[in-house]
Amino acid sequence: MKEPIQLKEHIVEIVSDAGEGAQKAGTTFAELCAKSGNGLWTVEIIPSEIQPPPHTVGSASGNRIRLSSRPVTNGGDLTNLVVAFNEMALLSRIQVGALAPDVIVIIDNMWATHADPQICKQYREVLDSLSTQGGQVWELPIDAACAKVTDDSAKGKNMFIVGMLSCLYNKDLEVAKSFVRGIFAKKPPAVIQKNMDLIEAGYVFGMNHFSQTFVVAPVKGLPEQVAMNGNTAIALGSIAAGYELCSMYPITPATSASHELAAFFEDFGGLVHQAEDEIAAVGVAIGSNWAGKPALTITSGPGMALKTEFLGLTVMTETPLVCVNVQRGGPSTGLPTKVEQGDLLNALFASPGDAPKVVMAPSSIEECYHIMPLARKISEEFRALVIVLSDANLATGRQLFARPKVVEDMLTTPLDLSPVEAGAKPFDWDLETGLSQRILPGRPNGMWVATGLNHNEAGKINYLAESNQKGMTMRSRKLAVLQSTLKAPEIFGEAEGDLLIVGWGSTRGAIWEAVERAQAEGLRVSAMNIQFISPLPPGIKAAFQKFKKVMTVELNYCDRMGDPYITEENRRYAQLAIILRANTLVDVDCWGMVPGRPLMPCEVHGVIRQEIQALKTKKGI
Amino acid sequence: MSLTIDDFVQKEESTCSYGMDDYTTEAARWCKGCGGHGALGALQRMLRDNQVHPEEVVCVSGIGCSSRFPHYLRAYGFHTLHGRALPVSVGVSLARPELKLLTVMGDGDCFSIGGNHWLHTLRYNINSMVMVLDNEIYALTKKQVSPTSRIGTVSNTSPRGSYLEPLNPLSVALGISNISFIAQTASWLPGHMQATLEKAWKHKGLAFVRILQRCPVFMPNAFQGGSVDFPGKFLESPEGIPVDKGILRDAPVVAHDPRNINAAQAVAANSHMEKEPLGLIYYNPEVPTYSDIRYSKVATVDRKAKAKLLDDYLTRYSVES
Repeated sequence: MKEPIQLKEHIVEIVSDAGEGAQKAGTTFAELCAKSGNGLWTVEIIPSEIQPPPHTVGSASGNRIRLSSRPVTNGGDLTNLVVAFNEMALLSRIQVGALAPDVIVIIDNMWATHADPQICKQYREVLDSLSTQGGQVWELPIDAACAKVTDDSAKGKNMFIVGMLSCLYNKDLEVAKSFVRGIFAKKPPAVIQKNMDLIEAGYVFGMNHFSQTFVVAPVKGLPEQVAMNGNTAIALGSIAAGYELCSMYPITPATSASHELAAFFEDFGGLVHQAEDEIAAVGVAIGSNWAGKPALTITSGPGMALKTEFLGLTVMTETPLVCVNVQRGGPSTGLPTKVEQGDLLNALFASPGDAPKVVMAPSSIEECYHIMPLARKISEEFRALVIVLSDANLATGRQLFARPKVVEDMLTTPLDLSPVEAGAKPFDWDLETGLSQRILPGRPNGMWVATGLNHNEAGKINYLAESNQKGMTMRSRKLAVLQSTLKAPEIFGEAEGDLLIVGWGSTRGAIWEAVERAQAEGLRVSAMNIQFISPLPPGIKAAFQKFKKVMTVELNYCDRMGDPYITEENRRYAQLAIILRANTLVDVDCWGMVPGRPLMPCEVHGVIRQEIQALKTKKGI
Repeated sequence: MSLTIDDFVQKEESTCSYGMDDYTTEAARWCKGCGGHGALGALQRMLRDNQVHPEEVVCVSGIGCSSRFPHYLRAYGFHTLHGRALPVSVGVSLARPELKLLTVMGDGDCFSIGGNHWLHTLRYNINSMVMVLDNEIYALTKKQVSPTSRIGTVSNTSPRGSYLEPLNPLSVALGISNISFIAQTASWLPGHMQATLEKAWKHKGLAFVRILQRCPVFMPNAFQGGSVDFPGKFLESPEGIPVDKGILRDAPVVAHDPRNINAAQAVAANSHMEKEPLGLIYYNPEVPTYSDIRYSKVATVDRKAKAKLLDDYLTRYSVES
């Protein structure tokens, strides 16, 4: 075998029919790479059905792993290497444009001689077309080799592939085996042995068949890292935030956060309540918070739509609540398993009347963890609704980050049930700040009624103009007060230049990586990620004015100039762009798309080059 | 100074003397002759008779005439959304099982827009008395047919008479697993109503009480206008609600075993067709409450232990080799 090729990074995909084990193989291999010190971001490839028809493009399922010799903030560009269980799974990846032109494909050659001539034909066509376009195809007898070790090669292929990839990327076989032994620790010894045999066989298979192998060096000198997906981070972050009740209804892609909590919340003294519907889920959380037990609700877009009326009640009664929306593609049922940032305006404005609330968006999996205690703190100090906008990219991607330090501050705080002073009011608004003290039920002398009707300081229903104006003012004022405590967002790159790219949420990694590349080319471009979208942080307008052009890059729909009928007058902008234009009066442009997958740095890089070129041309004119 | 749970219990056991005023905030703003007045009065008398600390009572309601209830009761209250009282009650019961929870809704509120929550909360068997003030009409929105309106009811959305047979809430409730308490009473029978509320108040679990009442403005003839001729029959049993015929001229008293679900279903099924049953229809105090079930599985952990546990969980995700 030749000397291994040293790579800075590589993007590897494992794809199979749904249920064939590519996801398990992918997560296991990713875990192994993380243990060996690689920077990492994984993306799940998930079909929308549980058991779609096999051997079709719609059945492709698996995992995409970006391995790196430096810390990774996003899923990266095009795929460098694919392990495909069949040609249709491979074809699905070609069709979505995920593969690099010079991609290496490792595919089971059993289809070449399959009994069905149609399959043989389409196998050959897919591979031939790929080779013509520059791809390298390694056709190998994977199933046959696997069948030598196990009676059920369909079931054992996942660990065989892990062994094969361990060889391909020069991972230590013994480390791989001991890691996998850990995964199967609770299984009978025979099962463990079988999996050890499969890994080893896969490794040996690789040694016999690969003429070339790779090394992606580990990242050096980082503090202890954890690897998890964004929904797990939200679940653990909720514990760190001191939540004791998660009230939810099943919805993709939010539910796995609740699965995570359901698995261990009771050990922490908490519980997951699966309500009868989305509306009840938020109602239960509101009732619990109002009564003094910290509760949150976690949902996705369609669930947000159903919760809307209750979210307005939260704002009106000033009951603290954190509502997490793990965004997916919309509108309506949209793309349930895929990423989109389409719910920003819904989060900000969906409500009968004016319901000021806090909207924040984590921009990494690490932030999914740390945002939860912050969100709860804000919700309680400001008696406010806080909507946390995560998305399917964060939810199902996995990233390494510094192990969070556990602090006790927010865990299990005893309730104050002391008598309140006679005449104490439940909305005793401080006229400057709009802030007021909560009076929990059970406190003598404090009896009051929370209502969605307009009410005065005492919580009494009031229909007078003055009272309504005051209530609205007080609820709105709180946002201004919160805004005054926020820091101006960091600018990635120079504070002035030609182009400022503004993003929010999970696209930060891809945008910043693209900006970094463009900066390395000498382009005068910087980036900003906005975590608080309501209230917007201070200093945005001033920062914008230092650039010739400001534009947002978002994973949501916007009209493109030049398309039929689209004019400056009727153009529908991307969602953050609408907000920034309204708030700053700066002519913020936007670039958005809705591919149902995370942005690739190369795409954003392309946009940056084009925009800067356009700026130069304009100047020339 | 925060009150510890021990202080709370001690206070609970001390003697107080509460009068009607201690359960009253302001004069109720319901129409003259509305059944709501009677229901509120019966509840306040029951609370007074039992010397319940007002601060321990939480009254959750939906939207509608009857859902103004908490505003007139001196207690903690949450006047929520149309149809959504029960989810908030579930939240309160999970958060603070020690509070004394009362949920008040109307017929449209509970049986129509809130139908899903009604079915499922019955199944949760949360610890709450649930009063449905049923006047067979939407009143706050000014006379629209409700799920319990009799067929042929003339309303603003059914000017030629309503088209469907009414929903029978008693039969529906009896079809739900974990049902533990169903009673029916009427707002023009103050004695019986108070006795019913008292029995429901003392029940641990979800005590579903349907209170028949008329709407003097939009449905004055509901239930024979609550007159002496109302066709009711009282259910009598040793652990049931004492028979109190009040003004009723001709109301038979029948023996009924509220522990027998089949007997209860027979009584409920006939309610619309012959005489409305009054009293305890079904009773099973053995059904565990949702919070008891859930908290029996939840660990008690202090701050330090919780922090340690979280740290241990993080270790599972550590990639330190």
